[in-house]
Parts: sequence; structure tokens; C-alpha cells
Amino acid sequence: MDDLEKLRELKAQYEAAVAKVLQKMPERRAEFVNSSGIPIERVYTPLDLEGWDYVEKLGMPGQYPFTRAVQPTAYRGRYWTMRQYAGFATAEETNKRYHFLLQSGQTGLSVAFDLPTQIGYDSDHELARGEVGKVGVAIDSLWDMERLFEGIPLDQVSTSMTINAPCAVILAMYLAVAEKQGVPFDKLRGTVQNDILKEYPARGTYIFGPRPSMRLITNIFEYCTKYVPQWNTISISGYHIREAGSTAVQEVAFTLANGIAYVQAAIDAGMKVDEFGPRLSFFFNSHLDFFEEIAKFRAARRLWAKIMKERFGAKDPRSMMLRFHTQTAGCSLTAQQPLNNIMRTAFEAMAAVLGGTQSLHTNSFDEALALPSELAVQVALRTQQIIAYETAVCDTIDPLAGSYYIESLTDQIEAKAQEYIDKIDQMGGAVAAIEKGYIQKEIQESAYRYQREIEKGERIVVGLNKFKVKEEEKPADLLKVDPAVADRQIARLKELKASRDNAAVQKALADLKAAAEGDANLMPPILAAVKSLATLGEICDTLRAVFGEYQMAAM
Amino acid sequence: MQEGRKIRVLAAKPGLDGHDRGIKVICAALRDAGMEVIYTGLRQTPEQIVAAAIQEDADVIAMSCLSGAHNYLFTRVMQILKEKGVEDILVLGGGIIPDEDIPGLKAAGIAEIFGPGTDTNDIVKFIRENLKRHKAA
Repeated sequence: MDDLEKLRELKAQYEAAVAKVLQKMPERRAEFVNSSGIPIERVYTPLDLEGWDYVEKLGMPGQYPFTRAVQPTAYRGRYWTMRQYAGFATAEETNKRYHFLLQSGQTGLSVAFDLPTQIGYDSDHELARGEVGKVGVAIDSLWDMERLFEGIPLDQVSTSMTINAPCAVILAMYLAVAEKQGVPFDKLRGTVQNDILKEYPARGTYIFGPRPSMRLITNIFEYCTKYVPQWNTISISGYHIREAGSTAVQEVAFTLANGIAYVQAAIDAGMKVDEFGPRLSFFFNSHLDFFEEIAKFRAARRLWAKIMKERFGAKDPRSMMLRFHTQTAGCSLTAQQPLNNIMRTAFEAMAAVLGGTQSLHTNSFDEALALPSELAVQVALRTQQIIAYETAVCDTIDPLAGSYYIESLTDQIEAKAQEYIDKIDQMGGAVAAIEKGYIQKEIQESAYRYQREIEKGERIVVGLNKFKVKEEEKPADLLKVDPAVADRQIARLKELKASRDNAAVQKALADLKAAAEGDANLMPPILAAVKSLATLGEICDTLRAVFGEYQMAAM
Repeated sequence: MQEGRKIRVLAAKPGLDGHDRGIKVICAALRDAGMEVIYTGLRQTPEQIVAAAIQEDADVIAMSCLSGAHNYLFTRVMQILKEKGVEDILVLGGGIIPDEDIPGLKAAGIAEIFGPGTDTNDIVKFIRENLKRHKAA
């Protein structure tokens, strides 16, 4: 304690010196606070970590509570998976982009689907007008899925698919493609997003209400546990919560609260936590506040380990490991001076790596203007490769551990996220909190506060509210999706419907409807329907007829 | 206010795009500026947007679209307004709209397009200065 006494004295002297300086020269701001409202001190010392227990707070890499890393050797063993989210136009065009990315050294695929696909409409649906192939690839049937993975052996890549409401259908299509390629299901590696709860407050591509959606999710857990054991059955996503405007603390809190809801739903459906726990994965945002982000990832890892162990009684350490994919913050990019986005993304990616991500997508510099062009996506991928191969930050594990600031911030983020989780528990859990509009409201308030800070100049965005230039140079080669894509897609759909065995399709859809009305696992009848060449829209319509559609209230 | 009535804005998300952070922030800013704002929620068809605007007696329709479907959706709204003989609603668009699409949208009758990074004060000012129906404060 002598040392701390000395330190207190030293700090008092320092503060007296600071007081003198402040009289002559005030600091840049009266108050320094991060996005989560946590005050940032002038300097951190061991006084900020009094009573802090290394073993309890950190442990060793690969050991409970996994603050330092989920694997004992982390990036010394192998780098994170470099996974650029990509998809546009038709399956053929996206397939070409995948081959390009794999040749550029990308190590996993990540499929972006267009909005009609994400909401369970075929390309010829009235609501699909103007949207086909725009924000991702259009998938109507097994035919499209086969073309999407043409020439890509599914036992040799790991594939992440950003699909939520119709996840069971898209996963079934993937399984059917694997079957055609002769790849057994237990060789398949990848992730489906399959996280519906964040869709209601943040991303908006829901079809059914929360409760039938939860059933589809637990059906996937159950099916994959048995037949697709290496598959990550869900990617519980804070990314979109953050993009919708939440703070870092809210991102952790709402994501883990959703995670708790999924675990509870699976347990309620009769599964054991250690059966499905090891296949749960997460997805976070990496924003610009460098240290806040690093601390956020570490806090999330520790908090989830405790939740799984203490709340759900998990015994298998793999159930306690929070493994996550990260995407750099799309919402931090500017349309003004787009080349600046390369720098923003690089810092965000570095924070994700220092925070120990298992998989990373770096945004392309032209994304505030359009879907990524080939050049922009290559620069984004190279950013990851430079961090991995040139900066040496991966050679020791969790290098910022023990930093007075990082540890103090990690503790505070964890504590504040825990407060939110307790509040959500009191409301009856994440589903109830969403139904009450609580989470939506919290996110919206943070989003508005952020915007006001920019407009008042309290938060500087280079090139936007400071260091502006008169004439903006915009990148010349923005990606443009040919409007004829929709026509091609609709023509193919007609061809499909004319050439398939329609009686078999009707039979498969009737079987699916009967299963949905009862309580059987829906994966087998969906897989049968997909193989009969029923379309995504037909399968989702069948489920809509039983489950109804979710409507968000106007405000 | 000259006519004793607040400016009424119908904020809408046409199409399937679910990214509503921007439009919700704008709703909050317009409310702070003293306007009355009704937000339709997601996935509105052009028909629904026009019907809601008429029903709510809106002075302004503010639409946001980030999915790339704006050319079809925004112009379809203008077309339906025209068919219904409604010409005094100020219609604004926003979202990720490529520069080359803007002249076409303006020609269709969208008064202004606000892209990423817009200051909400500029939108408030634009609405006040360009209102077609009545001069409110």
C-alpha cells in the first residue's frame, strides 16, 4: 500500500501542476466523454485499478473469462478470417466477384442478399420493384444458389450468409448445393446471421413476429447440432444496433440481451446449453473511438463468459467463448472526401484486431456513395492484410492488457452493459423490451445525440464539419447495378416454374404448411421444398399464411 | 405562425430498405424545429405514402431510401401525386442517391435531394423557404 500512498501524493502534485497550466491554457474541452457517456480522465494510473484482480478479470488467453482471447495462441496460431461482405445483381455476377476475392487472398466468403430475398419475396413480387439485385444478390430458388457457388467447393471455404427472416430457406438451399457437390453436411463450415431480434429495432428485414421467428431459430440450432455440427447457427449481431445509432455500451448490452433470449428459447425448446452453446457466434461493429472499441470487445467477451457459466450453467468452456466477426463502421464513412474513409477503416480494423476478432470485414472507401467497386474492395482487403502481415500487432496476445486506461474502461463498459441487461431482464427479457419499444427508443436517442454533436461541432468529422474543401472529387468508377438484372431474374423465374414438377412443389409446400401448424422442426420440410424447386417466395408465403406478418407501428 | 398551424411533414421509407436511422434523426430534428411529423414506418408502397400524405393533410413528404431503388420509388410517388391532382405538397428525397440520378429525380418533381452528411438545419431551412402550401413561421 506504500506504493499507492506514494502514487496518491505524486498525483496530487501533478494535479496542482495541472491547475496552474489550466489557468493559462484551458484544455480543448471542458469535459472529455466517450460515446457511452463514460468520462475520460486526463491520465490513468494504478489508482484507477485499486483492488483489481488479474486472475478474476483477465485470466490467460483461452481461459475463462476469456477477456484476453478465446484461443490460447490467438493470432500467433492463425490470423482472423478475412471476409469481405459481397453480393450484387445476379448469382453469376456475384460468383465472379467471389472468385476475384478468393484469388486476392480473401479467406472466407460473405454473402450479401438483396432486399426481396431478405424479406422472402421472389424477384417478380410487386414490392420487389426497383430492389432486385441492388444491395445484394437476388436468390429466388435453388437454381440461383447453385450458380452463386459455381466452381467453389463448399468443403474448402467457410461461408457467412447475412440472412435472417428467411434463414432456414437459404440455409436449406446451401445444404442442397453441398449435397449436389457431394460434400457431406458435417464438412460444411460457415455462419448464418439468423438473428431476428435485432431486425425489429435496427435493421428492418423481418417477416414474421418475434415468437414464430424464435421458433425458426431454435429449429436451426437443433437441426445443425445434429447434422451440420461445424456450422455457426447464429451470429448475434450488435453491428446493426450500432449502425442504427447506439453507443458502444448499448451495442454490447442489447446484443448480449438478445443472446440471452436465444439461449433461453433453445433451453425452453428442450435443448441443453452445451449442445448448442459452442456454435453461437457474434457480430460487432468497430467504430472510431479506438480505445473504447478495444475495451468493448474485451468487456463483451468477459460478460458473455459469465452469463453462460453463471446464468445458464454451461460446463463446456467452448459454450462460454464469445467468438465474433467484426465489420468496421459503415456509419462512420463520409460521402465527402471519400478517400479519408480508407484511414477511418484502417483504424477501426486495428481496434478490432487489438480487441481479438475472429473474422473481419473492412468497408470500402466508396460505400457512402454506392456498393463497393472492385478497386475499393481490394484496398479494403489489403488494409487487413497490411495489419496482419506488416504491423506485427498480432505477434503477442492482447497487447493492451494491463493498460490502466484499457482495463478501467473494460470494467466500466462491462458494468454499464450489465445495468442495461438487468433492466431488460426486469422488463421480461429482450423480446418484451423490443415489443415495448424500449430498445428502439434508447437507440434513437443516442443516434440523435450523435447527430447533434456533429452539427454543433462538438464532434469533428474531418471533411464534413471541419477541413472541408470546396470542390469534392468523387471516385469515378462507382459500381452501378444494371436495371436489366430484374428482367433477367424474372425471366429465369418463369423458366423455373415452367420446367419444374409443379405437383411435387405443391406437395412439398402442403407438407411444410402442416409442419408449421404443428410443432415439428421446420428444417426437413423446408429442405424438401427447396429441393423440389419451390421458390423462396413460395416457401415464405406458406409460412406467412401460418405465422402472419409483423407490422411495425407508425409514430 | 401566420396560419396558426404547424408545418406537417410525412416522413416515409418507401420500398424494402430498413435503414431508418437517418429518417428518424430527421424526424427528431424537424420536431425540434417546431414541425409536426408523422413517420410511416418501413416498407411503404408509393400508393400508401401518397394516401397517407393526403389523409394527414401533409405539407411535405420526406422520403429516405438507401437501397438503390429510389429512381423507381421516388418517381412513382410523384406520378401518383400528379394522377391525384395534388401539386402543392413539397416532396423531398434523401439517402444514398448517386449524383447522376439527381437531375432525373428533380425533373420528376422532387424538390431537393439530401445526401449523406446533410446538416438537419439545412433541411429545416429548405422546408421553410420552399413550402408550397402556406407560409408558416
